[in-house]
Amino acid sequence: MQVSMTVNGASHSHDIEPRTLLVHHIREGVGLTGTNIGCDTSSCGACTVHVGGQSVKSCTMLAVQAEGEAITTIEGLAGQAQADGSATGDQNWHPMQEAFQQCHALQCGYCTPGMVMAATSFLNENPNPTEDQIREGLEGNLCRCTGYHNIVKAVQSAAGDAA
Amino acid sequence: MTATMEPTKGGFGTRMLRKEDPKLLTGENQFIDDIKAPGQLWMGMVRSTFAHATIDSIDSSAAEAMPNVHSVLTGAQLSEMGLWQAPLPCAWPVTDDMVNPPHYPVAISEAKHVGDIVAVVLCSDRYSVADAVEQVVVDYTPLPAAASLQDAVDGKAMAHSDLDTNKAFHWPLDPNPEGTAAAFADAVHTVTATFTQQRLLPMPMEPRGCLAVPSPAGGEIVFYSATQVPHILKVMIAATSGIPENKIRVIAPSVGGGFGGKLNVDADALLAVTLANHLGLPVRWTEQRSEGAGASHQGRGQIQHVEAAADADGKVTAVKVHLDADMGAYMMLITPGVPLLGSFLYTGVYDIANLSFSCDGYFTNLTPTDAYRGAGRPEASYAIERIMDMMAGKVGITPEEIRSRNYINGGEHFENFDAASTLTFDSGHYKPAHDRALEMADVAGLRTEQARRRDAGEAKQLGIGMCTYVEICGLAPSRALGGLNYGAGGWEHATVRLLPTGKVEVVSGSTPHGQGHETAWSQIIAEKMGIDPNDVEVLHSDTALSPLGLDTYGSRSLAVGGVAIAMAADKVVDKAKLIAAHQFEAAPEDIEFVDGSFSVAGSPSKSVHIQELGFAAFAAHDLPDGMEPNLQEQVNFDPPNFAFPFGTHVAVVEIDTETGGIDLIDYVGVDDCGIQVNPLIVEGQVHGGIVQGAAQALFEEAVYDADGNITNPSLMDYLVPSAMEMPNIQLDSTVTPSTTNPLGVKGVGEAGTIGSAAAVINAVCDALSPYGVTDIEMPATPQRIWNAINGGAA
Repeated sequence: MQVSMTVNGASHSHDIEPRTLLVHHIREGVGLTGTNIGCDTSSCGACTVHVGGQSVKSCTMLAVQAEGEAITTIEGLAGQAQADGSATGDQNWHPMQEAFQQCHALQCGYCTPGMVMAATSFLNENPNPTEDQIREGLEGNLCRCTGYHNIVKAVQSAAGDAA
Repeated sequence: MTATMEPTKGGFGTRMLRKEDPKLLTGENQFIDDIKAPGQLWMGMVRSTFAHATIDSIDSSAAEAMPNVHSVLTGAQLSEMGLWQAPLPCAWPVTDDMVNPPHYPVAISEAKHVGDIVAVVLCSDRYSVADAVEQVVVDYTPLPAAASLQDAVDGKAMAHSDLDTNKAFHWPLDPNPEGTAAAFADAVHTVTATFTQQRLLPMPMEPRGCLAVPSPAGGEIVFYSATQVPHILKVMIAATSGIPENKIRVIAPSVGGGFGGKLNVDADALLAVTLANHLGLPVRWTEQRSEGAGASHQGRGQIQHVEAAADADGKVTAVKVHLDADMGAYMMLITPGVPLLGSFLYTGVYDIANLSFSCDGYFTNLTPTDAYRGAGRPEASYAIERIMDMMAGKVGITPEEIRSRNYINGGEHFENFDAASTLTFDSGHYKPAHDRALEMADVAGLRTEQARRRDAGEAKQLGIGMCTYVEICGLAPSRALGGLNYGAGGWEHATVRLLPTGKVEVVSGSTPHGQGHETAWSQIIAEKMGIDPNDVEVLHSDTALSPLGLDTYGSRSLAVGGVAIAMAADKVVDKAKLIAAHQFEAAPEDIEFVDGSFSVAGSPSKSVHIQELGFAAFAAHDLPDGMEPNLQEQVNFDPPNFAFPFGTHVAVVEIDTETGGIDLIDYVGVDDCGIQVNPLIVEGQVHGGIVQGAAQALFEEAVYDADGNITNPSLMDYLVPSAMEMPNIQLDSTVTPSTTNPLGVKGVGEAGTIGSAAAVINAVCDALSPYGVTDIEMPATPQRIWNAINGGAA
């Protein structure tokens, strides 16, 4: 069946199997592979994207449920920040991307796109979080490399920069 | 005690931001599942649902009739096709008489563990292959299964029907049995304990996967794999498939973590390569997370029987260890060697004169075991550090006091200490890390608060635990590996090229999967050649670009591969110096090299930067007589010894004695990995390692039922900790240069994991000591803690 959505500002329309998960559609239909898949139980959060500005694990949603929605993936985050004037640093990235590099909040980088998308959405909802609130807010995103220490620091840093 | 190295232009000690990050932070990089080949077939595995069963028949007709299905192939059919010439490899037959039944990629008549492959399905797309796998009907007759290590030891069932024993090998390390016997005879205090190292799932966030792309006309095959070991894979694929080694190119794209879980030569690799080669079509496989528990190897799986003897003052005089080690159903690449890697560390950081060690390896009908972060060393560290706390209790002194009484050289600096295990520790200086960790954690203050809570009878009680670990890094001196019957060497390769335009290419034989090799190797060039690290590109993880290498495991990349790069850089500088001398019409011994520039001693105004000499060496118009053009040097570095990093960790837990609930509320690590190239990367490695070890202590276990079924294969059930469960981690470091290599570096990839499980369990036992609890099994779940408090089985 036909499904249409906006991904990182561009319109995409595809004929897909109705059972196609949003994450597979983004990766294989739209062709944006920055969004990763780390599990089969919606536990790890590696596939987190923004649907209508809210963070969503894109393996929990069928592509057809995103009909007409505006999706942002890791590939579109810097552009979105540039458009709304919040981009920062030498790379002109979203402040969360910048904070992740500055704080060494990634190692293998596999959880990173989902973690960054979850963290940006979290800060939108709670711009001045405590450390405990950050840890609780990122509970749905697993990382095996960093022990979360520097991820928490990065979110604190991004929150401080935005304040 | 913090490192006070002077950073210069990105050289050693600089907290340089990682060069890897931009691609990873924007989704630009490619992981294995991001790579596609036109016409690719998706491979799916039909896996045994029994731990041990005969395969009576396989009906694939329904699957074959489905749309998008290319073919279904059983083990018998694949065997007839003659796709492989040898079984899957075990590179470490630890004894000459080790039992090692042939392990083919697909079982033919008998499945030996849940997850063992019994048939392969090829389809044109991702969803169809999952559907088709479910339509293959296999008739099994269940056989008695050795469903746990203890069952295998007890001989309750034979894991392999054609064997009359489950024991695969007996391996002793007993340099002085009379000494051990005498120490126990003279002992005032002894401790005896049995520890279980539960099976763990490596769980890198990226599942495994591969893509084999053949070139039918040319006979070449390009194999993309989410692997830690592209070079080893290339050799092993050639040896098992019979495809000529020089027709195989292995590429590891961005690899999303490994932790040992991606260092094997698995059935999926052999199947993808040989089927692609046979069919002339690309074949790909992407592991499902819940499939991984049966598809790739697991870690740990040991029962440790440990005894220690001490004099009246708590000076430990001997340690006696017997391990029963769970091999799982088959020997994978280094399965039998993992417990041996720990054998040398059962005396820890202590001057203990006698060590008697033996290990029996047993087959079970469970997923094979192999390396997981630390591989043998966390187990050993756990045992000796638990024993030290138990001994402190017997002697009536604190954990820190018993450690101080036993440190090698009294905790003062030493070099080249001959341990009872027969290894020589390169260097150590244990007391500064010990003192700093106790100070940072405020152990004195915590003890006061602990006493107050105990006196007040509060529900929430504190526990303080410490661990002073040492590990063996920098795997490995090739001769030492040969002595242990390992089937390969431990050297590493590096090439350094100064290009005509002054840029540098480094070819690295060790391969990253998150460690930051591109950044660290660039900093080595900056340190050695005075060149901006941003002018350096690191080529790696592709056997066509980097033909020689032994890859990444055992905290070896810096201590072996990084040293090779530094040595190759030195050779480039040496040759460039001859060109500079020639240009200056001066004697080479009069040329100085400072911050990347050559000048004649005494006349600093006349100078040339090394990057300017790249073109001179390339053009070769005016080189010294007899000199070959170009600046490119290579080194194959074989370390003369291992490196022995160490540190002190302190864990603080709060236990709700009414519910058994536990919180890890503080964690301090003071680590010494020798000279640090990039402290930012060092800290990241330690953070992650600490959490993996703490997770073994508190959360993680591959749980099997009595029939050999894993009950928690998914991330829904297997408790990889989230940010919620982990505390802020306080780190510091000391710097004791290694004497094993010219850089003085040691290695840090596994340090955190090796220190943290024991620190956390020592803290749990400390909290529970008023209840008479002296030990608790890992993971120390709230239920186990509650049972321990209430007198039930811990």
